[in-house]
Amino acid sequence: MSNDVPSELKYTKSHEWVRVEDDGVVTIGITDHAQELLGDLVFVELPEVGAELGAGSECAVVESVKAASDVFSPLSGEVIEVNEALAEAPETINQEAYEGGWIFRLRLSDPAELEGLMDADSYAEHAESDEH
Amino acid sequence: MLIYEQSQPGRRAFAQAPKQRPPLDGVPTALQRANPPALPEVSEMQAVRHYTRLSRKNFSIDTEFYPLGSCTMKYNPRACNSLAMLPGLLARHPYAPDTHSQGFLACMYDLQEILKEVTGMKRVSLVPAAGAQGEFTGVAMIRAYHDARGDSARNEIIVPDAAHGTNPATAVMCGYKVREIPTLDDGDVDVEALKAVLGPQTAGIMLTNPSTVGVFERRITEIARLVHEAGGLLYYDGANLNAILGKVRPGDMGFDVIHMNLHKTFSTPHGGGGPGAGPVGVSERLIPFLPVPMVGFDGHDYHWLTEKECPQTIGKLSAFAGNAGVLLRAYVYARLLGGEGMVRVAEYATLNANYLAKRLADAGFDLAYPGRRATHEFIVTLKKQAKELGVTAMDFAKRLLDHGYHAPTTYFPLLVPECFLIEPTETEAMDALDGFVAAMVAIKAEAETSAEIVKTAPHTLPVRRLDDVRAARELDLRWQAAG
Repeated sequence: MSNDVPSELKYTKSHEWVRVEDDGVVTIGITDHAQELLGDLVFVELPEVGAELGAGSECAVVESVKAASDVFSPLSGEVIEVNEALAEAPETINQEAYEGGWIFRLRLSDPAELEGLMDADSYAEHAESDEH
Repeated sequence: MLIYEQSQPGRRAFAQAPKQRPPLDGVPTALQRANPPALPEVSEMQAVRHYTRLSRKNFSIDTEFYPLGSCTMKYNPRACNSLAMLPGLLARHPYAPDTHSQGFLACMYDLQEILKEVTGMKRVSLVPAAGAQGEFTGVAMIRAYHDARGDSARNEIIVPDAAHGTNPATAVMCGYKVREIPTLDDGDVDVEALKAVLGPQTAGIMLTNPSTVGVFERRITEIARLVHEAGGLLYYDGANLNAILGKVRPGDMGFDVIHMNLHKTFSTPHGGGGPGAGPVGVSERLIPFLPVPMVGFDGHDYHWLTEKECPQTIGKLSAFAGNAGVLLRAYVYARLLGGEGMVRVAEYATLNANYLAKRLADAGFDLAYPGRRATHEFIVTLKKQAKELGVTAMDFAKRLLDHGYHAPTTYFPLLVPECFLIEPTETEAMDALDGFVAAMVAIKAEAETSAEIVKTAPHTLPVRRLDDVRAARELDLRWQAAG
């Protein structure tokens, strides 16, 4: 397991990361491990701004030459911003999964759901055992 | 080089051209061309060389072992082609009356009966013009069945995660929501997960058996019972029929509808968007909904069955009655084999796959489902090689071309990492299989000592490694003349 797993982020089993911003908003993307499994991305389908998402709902699609994969919203809330730059440059996710490769921002409807996410150590372990 | 790029004004293949311009009497002036079409102008010799050169660039079953197998297309025996081109069949007009088409209609009727017998279904329609349309037809009939019973609240189709991508796509095209269920580590469908998603919203389940991971679904009768008890129907994706021809029938497993890709199992041609055939078979309860026209037989004569005889039909799917030429080839293939021959197809396809799986495992390759007997295909995972040597399944696939072997299906099914789905089919002799194993062993040795050769393969073909990432990101599908 050589992928980067920043300790300040939260994670899901389905390989999304969550960054809690100062204003109670969260930024969401897919992990370095996930982008490596997918390989070079060629297309990203973004959620719609204003969409109300439930925790665990399909909200975006990342597509590589190998596979198309659903991205699941780790939390419930309203989409307030999406990373439009990914439409032109999906490879940003391959290059910097945790920075420029963010996918969307969510205003949480139930911040208590954050408790259910994994910390970096548990995710690193999960990614190792799940490695495929 | 494109033939357009060899064009020179005034060059002609005179021997092939008509002596004089054909008369255009009767063609309205408004429909006549003012300028000749922009066709390449080349000599006969140039045309011959151009197309011969192109054909030599083909890496195909006519020249090399082709372990994509029936997953893409089996070997087409030449006899099927020549018999389907008998003058009486070739010259028949699609609108010739039944009285003048008894021979052709008899062939189509027999094909319906043969497919019925092979699959254990109660009736067959040959109309769908390809596998994808066959799938659409199948799910459209499931929908028509529920609607006819006033049971229209059913809005979900269950699909295992190992399914062909077309299955969920078809369900969505027919207006259903897709519920995915997982596959267990041994390759079988997770029956407990199935139980959890079954309910009054279940319209049906779409399954391939043997599944895409190359094993036979052992709990299929239990799955059929559970789905039927919940009020759903069972859809059989006929992609892997080759493994079970004459051995076990989807109808006997409890399936309600099946589509068959004739190019996979019945050796018909297949090409990107070319004419195809995807007949559907159904259980008793779906008979009224079959697409028309079908061929009926009253004991003396054959005749078309249309909306008049089948008032609940989902209707017509294509112009007239599907692709007659393709159906004829499947008919000839089935008749040449006979029942006995079909059993032998399944036995040799399975024997070849298991022989190859065992030899590759003995040579140090990892089988994805080592505890299971392979059906007509099996999966090797190159996860270990990818991790330890940095050589991926794609690298192996490209290097196989240098060794004179077409690559098997790569990276499908998605749930097995770095995988090869290998299907030799029944037509390969043992020495071809042994040659493939030798090539795989040689590539593994190369990967261990000089990985760069494998990572940069192919080295011996007209084109080197294609940049598929750039091709996907910067689609460019139009040719324009230089300058």
